[in-house]
Amino acid sequence: MFRIVSRGRIKSPWIFHLNTGSCNGCDIEIVAAFTPRYDLERFGCLLVGSPRHADVLLVTGPVTRQMLPRLIRVYEQIPEPKVVVAVGTCASSGSPFLGSEMVEGPVDRIIPVDTYIVGCPPRPEAIASGIITAVMSKFR
Amino acid sequence: MVVERNVEKEVEVEYARLRIPFGPVHPALKEPVSLRVSVRGEEVIDVDMVLGHVHRGIEALAEGRNLIQTLYLIERICGICSHSHTTCFIQALEEIGGIAPSERALYLRTLIFEMERIHSHLLLLGVMAYEIGFDTLFMFIWHVREKILDLFEKITGNRIHHAMNTIGGVRWNLTPQIASEINSCMKEMEKAVKYVRDIFTDGTVEKRICGLGVLDYSEALKLCVVGPTARGSGVDIDVRRDHPYAAYNDLKGNFSVITRRDGDVHARIEVRVLEIFESINIIRAILEKLPEGPIRPEENVLRLMRRIPEGEAVSLVEAPRGELFYFVKTDGKGGLRRLKVRTPTFSNLIGLKSMLLGCEIADIPVIVASIDPCLSCTNRVTIVDQRSGESKVVSLDALRRVVREK
Ligand code: SF4
Repeated sequence: MFRIVSRGRIKSPWIFHLNTGSCNGCDIEIVAAFTPRYDLERFGCLLVGSPRHADVLLVTGPVTRQMLPRLIRVYEQIPEPKVVVAVGTCASSGSPFLGSEMVEGPVDRIIPVDTYIVGCPPRPEAIASGIITAVMSKFR
Repeated sequence: MVVERNVEKEVEVEYARLRIPFGPVHPALKEPVSLRVSVRGEEVIDVDMVLGHVHRGIEALAEGRNLIQTLYLIERICGICSHSHTTCFIQALEEIGGIAPSERALYLRTLIFEMERIHSHLLLLGVMAYEIGFDTLFMFIWHVREKILDLFEKITGNRIHHAMNTIGGVRWNLTPQIASEINSCMKEMEKAVKYVRDIFTDGTVEKRICGLGVLDYSEALKLCVVGPTARGSGVDIDVRRDHPYAAYNDLKGNFSVITRRDGDVHARIEVRVLEIFESINIIRAILEKLPEGPIRPEENVLRLMRRIPEGEAVSLVEAPRGELFYFVKTDGKGGLRRLKVRTPTFSNLIGLKSMLLGCEIADIPVIVASIDPCLSCTNRVTIVDQRSGESKVVSLDALRRVVREK
């Protein structure tokens, strides 16, 4: 039974995307990864509207002070097992916003991150491969 | 006074006034904004806006960095109109430093600028199609948009943040081969956008978006909305024509400012679709007229940066969403004393309230999307219109379903 569930997760990871103060660059590239040219949906991925349905959390942005409690809440709402993917340089390392009063990030200071996708913004191919790698290694 | 209050209470009892928190994390919004919408039945009677979720303190950060670092920092204010931000900033610096970029550099700046406008408008049209539940069109438009991104990548090496501007010029040159590619891409683009225009004038789509979210002319003037939102309400403003910058002075004959009088969602969409055609015309004219010459000064940028004296300047450009304003004050040692950015969405959001009042719940995402909100650049204020009301939480998914079904 358990194996069926975990296979289902690998074949069809559902994704929730949270913007924690990004510049939109990464968010657009994530959406672009779902559109015909790159088509993440062929891997069974689906962008869902509620963290309670999701297996994968995509975080973009350097975690601003206002989004900090929301990030934690969204993280807690996702059922176990879950994968967290930090998309973009500013989610992975905080640069170039490091040093600002309003920035609490990077993401891995707040929640555990499984995969980092760097690039400002990363290409849709990179996002696709990052999500697939994370899912394959965690849900195996 | 007392009587009035009683009346209001009665109404509340009768209709069970709901307060629906809409966002900040909401599938219909790609970015965090939270709207607190009060409704009576289906009708929206009040809107509160809470912004600031994406506030990163960029202006303060910029004051601690040197000009070149700031140039790349402010590019990250927004991922959609990154070139507008750097152009606006660089123009102010060049004014303070008395540096005149070459003709070719100005033309190349304009070229990227117009390509960015096409990409941004297409992005919005896609999102709009998605909001009215037309996924096929969304996919189609985003597929077309990839072609522009490919061109960006060929010219500058990056799809989103182009890093094209530098003090006194631009960083990348245009080879004849890329120019011919741009030309052929524009041909395809024209065909595709014509098709999109036909769909947006189709009866079914028109029925969904006509007469929705009306912002009339006098209201638009009063609230100082800018860009396509203002032009959709008949306000004839465009920085490109009114205060020409970069190469727009030479290109004046190659584009016209598009206005519509209706002020509804459909008018704003129409303005954007037609603006894409204008942009295509401008790009063609640029490729035709592109002068020869150097694209940047010989001198090292760091040395140029240190030469910029103390001073202040304001600068304006027409970003895809409207008028973008920068105030720059340098300290004469290669740093900044003050940077002030006023972005178009900030002006346009204020118009949102008059658009939303009286509409139905299911129309909220469509209307919000129609001003093309780009919140990553806007988050600096809190607009709160407080009024007591019973709060009852409606699940976001349920709301979403309502929206897509309509
Ligand atoms: S990594 Fe770069 S493109 Fe992505 S959100 Fe951060 S600043 Fe924007």
